[in-house]
Amino acid sequence: MSSAFIPLLLDSLASAALIFFAAVGLTLVFSVLKVLNVAHGSLYSIGGYLAASLSLFVASRGLNPYFSFVALLLSAALVAAVLGPLLEATLIRWVCGKSEAVQILATFGLFLILEDLQRIIFGVQSYYEDTPMRLMGTTTLGGVVYLNYQLVLIGVALAVIFGLRFLIRHTRLGRLMAAVVADREMAQSIGINTDRIFLLAFSLGVFLAALGGALSTPTSGIAPGLGADTMVLAFAVAAIGGLGQIEGAALASLIVGVARVTAVYVAPEFDAVAPYAAMLVVLLVRPYGLLGTMKIRKV
Amino acid sequence: MRFQTAAASLLGLAVLPILMPWLEFVLTLAIAKGFAALGVAVLLRAGLISIGHAMFFAASAYGVAFLSRAGVADFALAMLASVLLAASLGVIVGTFLVRYRAIFFAMLNLAVSMVFYALCSKLYGLTGGTDGMAVPIPTVFGVSLPDPAFKSLLYYFSLILMVVVGFALHHYLNSPLGQALSAVHSNEIRLEYLGVPVWAVLLIAYAASAGLAGMGGAIAGFAVGRVVPDFAFWTASGHLILIAVLGGIGGVPGAFIGAVFLELLHSAAVSVTDAWNLIVGAALILVIVFLPSGFYGLMKQEKAPSL
Repeated sequence: MSSAFIPLLLDSLASAALIFFAAVGLTLVFSVLKVLNVAHGSLYSIGGYLAASLSLFVASRGLNPYFSFVALLLSAALVAAVLGPLLEATLIRWVCGKSEAVQILATFGLFLILEDLQRIIFGVQSYYEDTPMRLMGTTTLGGVVYLNYQLVLIGVALAVIFGLRFLIRHTRLGRLMAAVVADREMAQSIGINTDRIFLLAFSLGVFLAALGGALSTPTSGIAPGLGADTMVLAFAVAAIGGLGQIEGAALASLIVGVARVTAVYVAPEFDAVAPYAAMLVVLLVRPYGLLGTMKIRKV
Repeated sequence: MRFQTAAASLLGLAVLPILMPWLEFVLTLAIAKGFAALGVAVLLRAGLISIGHAMFFAASAYGVAFLSRAGVADFALAMLASVLLAASLGVIVGTFLVRYRAIFFAMLNLAVSMVFYALCSKLYGLTGGTDGMAVPIPTVFGVSLPDPAFKSLLYYFSLILMVVVGFALHHYLNSPLGQALSAVHSNEIRLEYLGVPVWAVLLIAYAASAGLAGMGGAIAGFAVGRVVPDFAFWTASGHLILIAVLGGIGGVPGAFIGAVFLELLHSAAVSVTDAWNLIVGAALILVIVFLPSGFYGLMKQEKAPSL
């Protein structure tokens, strides 16, 4: 039993880690800006495309292969630095405070634009560049071979969780964010520059999405349609955890990761159904998610 | 004046495919999507945004495919059965979902439709997986027609159905039952205090919208001749909302104006550029920002309902 259990657990954790990157940015942006960004999945895939292109460039120039790790991080930072402020200052700022229908539609428009731009820039062929994965080699645990890269992914996800916790609880910026989340108008009236907080929070969300996309390319490659697939998955995870709850997103990624991997082991035809079925069950029982809090109805 | 405009545009729709036969398929598909977008628009009036209505669209098209596999080849019967199927599915799903509002409603619809999508693409033995299922040409009242004749019949049938259903829905939206939808949007608790069962109002609207989406799905299934799981993917649901908003949710014609406009623009654009989604996305954002009551709102003198 235990011999089958450990691979299942590790696979679940690695799968959960990747899902977590996509969902945590979505939930972070929602908690601070109160905007559900339907284009979030595109930012994930843009990060992936850029990382794959940069890694291929590193390989083609015959540079030290370890530069491909730099390429992964650099691409996520680039996407966040360019697209974060650009999108926030234009469309996202406009939809802030509008009704959910308007938010969902406007960001869906953005999603369509970004999907086409990716197709135009990166083409429709799939990219596959696994240098970082090969460089890290494998570990044999209990007779089963693991990619070290997968283990690193789990580590990075944990680092992101604790990093975000530290940022929010123990830094000035985090406390300002918490103040804006708690009461936007009050925060504004005591002199907090909410526009700046929004910009930073949104860019951080973009960075996390792009990082997830970049980190996923060495194991799974990247092809058109990834943005749309990631979007629903991130949506499901964020909803299960409770929109706006970072720890909730972590817990939900774990649930979805375990559900998916268990489905792959037990009934492979249901692996794609598992995350949404989990989302459906959780939302029907607790519509505000596992760690979410209910909003009081206002007359 | 409005009557003349409507009559002229209907006449235009009836004559266009005779002048340009390749438009027939495009317009059939446009009307099919118009029905589904109309369903989405009904819910939008109550402020409920569903990112999952493509499920009903797809369910009905699958229903037609399953019926013909089971040997039911009659067109009228297949249409009726599949619309009823979609509406019943709407009643079942709606019973659970109309308790939720705003983002929760949107996400639950998304979840249900993605479960449906995943099942359709994974249950290879039953639904043919991502290959989908064929929708063969049915017999019409016992007469088996050749392909082009059936496609023409389908188009004019859809056109007539559009007018009939359009009038019925217009009456529904202007009845107290339909007016209650806007009231849910503006102040739900006030409605409850007036003694109106909000739950029932929304369930009826949800079932009607599912039935409308099903009507569109069955027509689309017959027009395309095949149904694939992508009919139910979440981006398809997004496109339905897009059509509804582009046309305007203020009245029945809005959804069809949006659908016909978008499909015509699509067929014009593909010959020039392949950045179609880019154009649609930008258009959508522009419409939301500058024209929140859609194209239909432009034509109406009084203030039309908007998002």
